[in-house]
Amino acid sequence: MHDMFRLAEAPRPSCTAVEFPETYRRAYRWMLLARVAEEKIASLYRGGKITGGVFLGKGQEAISVATGMALRDGDIFAPLIRDQAGRLAFGESLLDFTLTYLGARSGPMRGRDGNVHRGRPKEGLLPMISHLGAMVSVVNGILMAHRFQKKENTVGAACLGEGATSTGAFHESLNQAAVEKLPLILVVTNNQYAYSTPNHRQFACNDLIDKAIGYGVKGHSVDGTDLSACLETIGGAVAAARDGEGPQLVIASNLRLAGHGEHDDAHYISQHFKELQLGRDCMEVAQNHMLAQKWADSSMFDLWHRDSQSLVEEAVAHSLREPAPDPAKEDWCALASRHLLEGNPPQPTHNH
Amino acid sequence: MITYLEAIREAQRQALENDPRVYIYGQDVGAFGGAFKATKSLAQSFPGRVLDSPISEDAMVGSAIGAALQGMRPIVEMQFADFSTVGFNQIVNQAATMFWRTGLPCPITVRLPSGGTPGSGPFHSQNLEALYAHYPGLILMTPATVEDAYAMLLEAVAIDDPVIFCEHKYLYYHLKADTLPKEALPAGKARVARAGRDATVVTYSAMVHESLAAADELATEGWEIEVIDLRTIKPLDTDTVLASVARTGRILAVGEAWPWGGVTAEILARVAAEGFNLLDAPPMRLNSKDTPVPYHPNLWGTHRPTARSIADSLRVLLRS
Repeated sequence: MHDMFRLAEAPRPSCTAVEFPETYRRAYRWMLLARVAEEKIASLYRGGKITGGVFLGKGQEAISVATGMALRDGDIFAPLIRDQAGRLAFGESLLDFTLTYLGARSGPMRGRDGNVHRGRPKEGLLPMISHLGAMVSVVNGILMAHRFQKKENTVGAACLGEGATSTGAFHESLNQAAVEKLPLILVVTNNQYAYSTPNHRQFACNDLIDKAIGYGVKGHSVDGTDLSACLETIGGAVAAARDGEGPQLVIASNLRLAGHGEHDDAHYISQHFKELQLGRDCMEVAQNHMLAQKWADSSMFDLWHRDSQSLVEEAVAHSLREPAPDPAKEDWCALASRHLLEGNPPQPTHNH
Repeated sequence: MITYLEAIREAQRQALENDPRVYIYGQDVGAFGGAFKATKSLAQSFPGRVLDSPISEDAMVGSAIGAALQGMRPIVEMQFADFSTVGFNQIVNQAATMFWRTGLPCPITVRLPSGGTPGSGPFHSQNLEALYAHYPGLILMTPATVEDAYAMLLEAVAIDDPVIFCEHKYLYYHLKADTLPKEALPAGKARVARAGRDATVVTYSAMVHESLAAADELATEGWEIEVIDLRTIKPLDTDTVLASVARTGRILAVGEAWPWGGVTAEILARVAAEGFNLLDAPPMRLNSKDTPVPYHPNLWGTHRPTARSIADSLRVLLRS
C-alpha cells in the first residue's frame, strides 16, 4: 500500500456495478486511512506538535471519498477542509498531508501555507483559500481553459459546506458554470453547522437542493452517511457532467462528528441531530453494510486498520525528520517575474 | 491619429493575434464591443475568444485565475475600476498569493477603466491603484500616454504575474498619437516626461498631463519643473525619482486618488527615508479631496488636482 504515498502512482478505481463490492471496499479503506491519519494529527495537536489549526473530516468521509473516487486523471478537484478521504482517493500522497501539517520545507506548500490549504494545481488538486466559495469559479476557469484547449471529457469537482452557499461567490460561480454549461460537479455537504451557526441562521429555503432549479442545473440529494448512496449519486453526477449535461449540484446531508477544528469542543451541536439518521457515523454504516453483504469480516477490518496505522506512523515519522523552513534561506519573492521585484534593475528595452 | 482607447483595443487585437492562449472576458465585451468600445470588432475577428460574462466580477476573476493556471493568458475587462471591488477577493487573495503559495504563475491581466470624467460620480470614477499595490504579488500599471497604453498592455499580457492595468477613462478620447510604438521602456521604469531644474513633480496616469500643463504655466514665470511619469506604480522606480530630486532638491507628488496612504504617501516616504539629504524643502503632495468623487462638474473639477491646483502647490513648494 506504499503507493498511497505517491500522488502519481495512486490508482483511481472506476466504480461500475460489476466491480461494486471491490469499489466499496476500496472506498472504505480510503475512508479508514483518512480517519486514522486525522486521528493521529489530532493527537499530535493535543500534544502541542502542530502549529495552527487542525480540521477533521469525521463523519464526512463517505461523501468525500465518493467524490475523489469518481474523478480521474485530467480532472480537477477543489476540496473543502473535511476532504481528507477524497484527497487520498483522488491521488494526493499521504505525505503531502503529514508534511504540510508538520510545516516541513519539503511539503507542497513549503511552510508558506499549512494544514488544509495544500494542493498541487499542476496535478488538478487546488489549494483552497480560506474564502472557500472562491474556489468554484477557479474550477470553472480551468474547465473553460480545457474547452479552449480542446481537452475533452474532463470534469471538475468543487466541494463546499452549506455555509458557503450564503456567499456571493457561490452564486456567481454556479450561475457562471450554468451559463457556460461547464462539466462542474458542485458538492455541498450540509453538516448542519457552519462553525457554530445552525442552518436556520444560515438559509431560509426548505432544502438547499431547491437552489438547483433557480440556477438551471441538475440537482441530486444524497444521504451523506450512506457510502453506497454517495458512490452512486456522485458517480452519476460525475458521469452526467462528463456526458455534457452541464453543472450538477449535489446536496449531501450529514452531521459533523467533530468540532469545526480541534480547538472547538462543538458543545453547540444538538443532541437531537445525533439521534437522527443524518447523525450516524458513515464509517460504522459502511462497516455494517459490508458485514451484512459479507463483503468483509472483522478480521479484514482489523487488518485494514493495522495497515492504515502503519502507513500513518511511517508518514508521520518521515515528516517529523524533515527540516522546517529556514527564514534565512527563504526566497522572499511573491513574483514569478523576478526582474520586477522592487530593488532589482529593470530589464533592458522591451521590444514588441 | 490613434487615441488612447484605440491603442488599448489594438494591443488586445495584437495579443489575440500573436498568442492563442489569450482570451478576453468581461461584461458586454463580445458583439457589443465593451461599454467604452475597447473591444469593438474583436469578437468578430476572433470568434469564441472574446466572451461576454455575467455581471459577476468575483467569478470573472476567479475563472481567469483557473484558466491561467491551465496555461491561458486571460484579459479581464472590468466595466469600471469601481466594480472591481466585487472581484477584490479573487484578485488579492487568490491571484496575488498563487505563485507564492504554489510556485505556479498566475498570468492574468485585469483592465480597470479608472479615474474621473465629468458627470461620472462616486461609483464610476475611482482610482484604486493604491489598494491593489498594497498586496504582494501584483503588478500595477498606470499608463499616461497612447504609446504606453499600447506597449504596456502587451507587456502586461506577457508578464507571468497578475497585472492590474489602470487605464484612465479621461484619456480615452482626449489623447492622440500619430503611430503606435515599436518599442517602449519596460515595466518598472519611470519616464522623465519633462526635464527641469527647480522642482520635481512625480505623478502618473492622467495627472501627468495636468502636471505638464502646470509646468508650462510655471515656465512663463521663469521656473523649470521636472515631471516624472511613474508608468508602473508597482514596482515603483524609486531610483529615477531620487535622481530627479537630487537635481532639483524639491518634490511634489501628485495623484488623482484619495489622500490617505496611497501612492503619493509611498513616494514621499521613500524620498524622506532614502533621500532626505537631497531635499532643500519639505516634500509636498497633492491628491483629491478626502470625499467620494462628486457628480457635478463644478464639484468634480475641484475635487481632483488640476493644472491650476498643481501650479499653486508648486509655487508654495518653490518658495519654501
